[in-house]
Amino acid sequence: MSSKRLLTTLAINGIEHELALEPRRTLLDALRHDLQLTGTKKVCDMGDCGACTVLVDGRAMYACLLLAVDCTDRQITTIEGLAQADELDPLQQAFIEADAFQCGFCTAGQIMSLKGLLNETPAPNDDQILRAVTGNLCRCGAYRNILKAGRLAADQVAHPEEARHADSTH
Amino acid sequence: MYPPKFDYYRANSLSEAFSLMQEHGGAKVIAGGHSLIPSLKLRLADPGALIDIGRIGELKGITANGNSTRIGALTTHAIVAAAKNLPQGLTEAAGWIGDPQVRNRGTVGGNIAHADPASDLPTVFTALGATINLTGPGGERSVAAQDFFTGLFETALQEGELVSSIDVPTNGGGSAYAKLFNPASRYAVVGCAAQVKVENGVCSAASVAVGGLTSHATKANAVEAALLGKPLNEATIAAAAAQISQDLGDDVMGDLHASADYRRSIAPIYVAQALTAAASRAG
Ligand SMILES: Cc1cc2nc3c(=O)[nH]c(=O)nc-3n(C[C@H](O)[C@H](O)[C@H](O)COP(=O)(O)OP(=O)(O)OC[C@H]3O[C@@H](n4cnc5c(N)ncnc54)[C@H](O)[C@@H]3O)c2cc1C
Ligand code: FES
Ligand code: FES
Repeated sequence: MSSKRLLTTLAINGIEHELALEPRRTLLDALRHDLQLTGTKKVCDMGDCGACTVLVDGRAMYACLLLAVDCTDRQITTIEGLAQADELDPLQQAFIEADAFQCGFCTAGQIMSLKGLLNETPAPNDDQILRAVTGNLCRCGAYRNILKAGRLAADQVAHPEEARHADSTH
Repeated sequence: MYPPKFDYYRANSLSEAFSLMQEHGGAKVIAGGHSLIPSLKLRLADPGALIDIGRIGELKGITANGNSTRIGALTTHAIVAAAKNLPQGLTEAAGWIGDPQVRNRGTVGGNIAHADPASDLPTVFTALGATINLTGPGGERSVAAQDFFTGLFETALQEGELVSSIDVPTNGGGSAYAKLFNPASRYAVVGCAAQVKVENGVCSAASVAVGGLTSHATKANAVEAALLGKPLNEATIAAAAAQISQDLGDDVMGDLHASADYRRSIAPIYVAQALTAAASRAG
């Protein structure tokens, strides 16, 4: 089988990268191996675990089930793209505050799924937060604190002043 | 895990898709890739070339048209789940497909073309009396959902044809979908879609289908017959749901997730659940 490499432009976290890729290259492998963006994790490689979750045009998707050559003209956001300069994204900050991880292997995927939720539903209820991470397995079982982190971040995004205040008094 | 090597061609219109399909015999089309890419990685498929139809605008979107709503084949599950002008049985089923990542990418056309026995949409479209519209280089044709699903991963699609859209009647009464899902993938172990009409206190029309049990979505004619002319209450619904064993016969399949006996014994529970919810929505 010939399988020609295709010149592909990927827009990752606002930066365009030009790569010559085999069509069978998944977005996940392109991120990790061609661009050394290893924050996006590879676990099952089959759409089962959620560790590879990234945002494609703002919506959560499995990078292991996308062909990189099909990601041209789309804005891809990975965990590396969330912090602005030295300031963590409210979700990243909330995961620290809620202690929402043990080993941390699922964390990038959990955060990206919740980012996808907050993009579409700025004031989610707890049920919506839990449903947003149904595709993300946590083998350490940090789910309760993941929900707490989602709650903290959602409140922070909806009412930045109040949430900060509550935070300093706990 | 790497898919086998393949060449990749992107079609930007239906006519481009047909000429690429003609040029590359044996190629497979890819839409959301959420059934095809796993199959490639598992080496269940090795087509040599893929034709990406995912960006064909003509195959996207939802349009209401009188007593029926048309869903373009490339419409994602997430868009169907959020749609206003579709029967509730369909929007709730679409909202429980997999997880957000799957719903943001998987397409309705890909779901029914793949015809996995554990998929949700074949069951729902069969119960709702939907029509599957197919298009090929020779023109268009339409097939009733009930006749579209013909076997395990088998449909009425012919070589060179694509699913272009699905027409869903919106005047069929109250509808609902209930499933026992595999907790990891959310695929249906047993799924039931039901649609009922109630007039003068009794059931005047009923359409029921089940999935996950046999090789493909099955219409539950015996269950339907047991409902007609009856008031819909706990007792009549339970009695009708028990008829599902008639409809299933000896064809129930088992796998590592659930044995055939287990599926057969829980089927009436999900039929009753779907019927109860559909009846409560029949107004
Ligand atoms: C983790 C996971 C969980 C899932 N859970 C569920 C679930 O709970 N319920 C459920 O129903 N599904 C589930 N799915 C399947 C999901 O709905 C798929 O997206 C869907 O079955 C296939 O759609 P696709 O667009 O991804 O198709 P693809 O994978 O691109 O294609 C599938 C097949 O259909 C063909 N095809 C695609 N589009 C067309 C067309 N328009 N005309 C003709 N042929 C076409 C392709 O050639 C291929 O053979 C799950 C998938 C994953 C990965
Ligand atoms: S690595 Fe993509 S879902 Fe597990
Ligand atoms: S923190 Fe270890 S898998 Fe989630």
